[in-house]
Amino acid sequence: MDKPLISHHISRQFNAELEDVRQRVLAMGGLVEQQIADATRALVEGDGALGQEVSRADHKVNGFEVYIDEECSRILARRQPTASDLRLVVAVIKTITDLERIGDEADRIARMATDLAAQERIAASYVEIGHLSRHVQQMLRSALDAFARMDPEAALAVAREDASVDREYEALLRQCITYMMEDPRTIRHVMDLVWSVRALERIGDHARNIAEYVIYFVKGKDVRHISLDEMEREVKEEAR
Amino acid sequence: MTAVNPRNVLTHGLYPDSLKPGRAAAAAAEPIALQVEGLNLHYGEKQALRNISLTIPQKKVTAFIGPSGCGKSTLLRCFNRMNDLIDGCRVEGAIRLYGRNIFDADVDAAQLRRRIGMVFQKPNPFPKSIYENVAYGLRLAGVGKKRLLDETVEWALKGAALWDEVKDRLEDSALGLSGGQQQRLVIARAIAIQPEVILLDEPCSALDPIATLKIEELMTELKANYTIVIVTHNMQQAARVSDYTAFMYLGDLVEVGDTDQIFTKPSRKQTEDYITGRYG
Repeated sequence: MDKPLISHHISRQFNAELEDVRQRVLAMGGLVEQQIADATRALVEGDGALGQEVSRADHKVNGFEVYIDEECSRILARRQPTASDLRLVVAVIKTITDLERIGDEADRIARMATDLAAQERIAASYVEIGHLSRHVQQMLRSALDAFARMDPEAALAVAREDASVDREYEALLRQCITYMMEDPRTIRHVMDLVWSVRALERIGDHARNIAEYVIYFVKGKDVRHISLDEMEREVKEEAR
Repeated sequence: MTAVNPRNVLTHGLYPDSLKPGRAAAAAAEPIALQVEGLNLHYGEKQALRNISLTIPQKKVTAFIGPSGCGKSTLLRCFNRMNDLIDGCRVEGAIRLYGRNIFDADVDAAQLRRRIGMVFQKPNPFPKSIYENVAYGLRLAGVGKKRLLDETVEWALKGAALWDEVKDRLEDSALGLSGGQQQRLVIARAIAIQPEVILLDEPCSALDPIATLKIEELMTELKANYTIVIVTHNMQQAARVSDYTAFMYLGDLVEVGDTDQIFTKPSRKQTEDYITGRYG
């Protein structure tokens, strides 16, 4: 079957409602991306003020979640969507939950950044953390692109990327452990970094979830909790 | 990665059959009440049904949906040969009721309609008492014993979820009942002669939402004993009550499948466009 279309309903109002929800998800995604980027910059550059700014902006992400959730409930109640429309609404409800959690992870990193900025800076894995952050930001952006373009192949690529984020995360953890073993005085400082690294890794998981919802939306197939190979088969399988 | 596919776990006896995915595939193994084979129907020059083939499983609700003029009511009327009454109507192909082609020359249409009852869009009670409406078919079938009639009327009215509302006024005219009650009375009349299949042609379109819900609830109860085929314009109704849904368009059967699948992930774009309210 062709890609689902949001438009072409007999009810133009319904087209407008679905398009509005879709646009808001993308706007929320954009905001969350910015939050990760800012939180990371605050951490890497030791910019406490920026960290506080990110924490203050978290309520905007929450606001998006609440608004879009309400809008989806309203569509369910009033339009009784079916087929791809129903899958879109379900995918959106799930996507914004993951986006909100990503927002929370960004806030967590921002709070670490604020704390660390007040302490004496040590030589640690800041460059690598910046790299991991860019990596998960790229994943999130690709997942949102896949959502915007309704592209299951692109979503599959995002899911594949998660494994490489996990490897980077493990390498970073080992590095952090090495720092702590070399100089136990750094433990407190490095532990905060470990939490931030963990938060970034979780963001990768959430981006993967969003990619899975895209596949559900477009292909009508639930690809959670299955191996990547099975997921690929589901994505490649042509509809009748 | 050796992740266990949870959907495979589902198919290994942890869940009841109704929760297993892919029930449509299992439909083939279900007992079949009606089997339609290569059915073509013409009204004069105009072809109203094109090469329809499908099976109606026993003791399930099968819903037909589709825009006006798609042939769904025509097909429904074929099941008890109501089209026999229409001039210039020509039918090719077969419909088998438990294996027997209902178009065979030696099948008596009146007998067939006793086995396949029908309920129409507008409730059509006879201008008689409530009791006589339900007893009518039995009297036609030659039942005369008062006690047997009483028992069957009570049983049928209970079966149609109407007994409690009318038991104290069985001798009142049926025309004094509300629309929803009349429709349930007509269903009681249909089940009084214990048919095997009940055909419902838009049974709720003249009813208010509460009466509609009562009829829908009744359908889920009736399917324990009867095979139900319903034609409806109300897609949400098809989604609520049916086990299987068939989508028809311009005389073609476009898609038939498990109702869950049709309403979440239809295979055909035409079906998708129709149930989501898009123009093709």
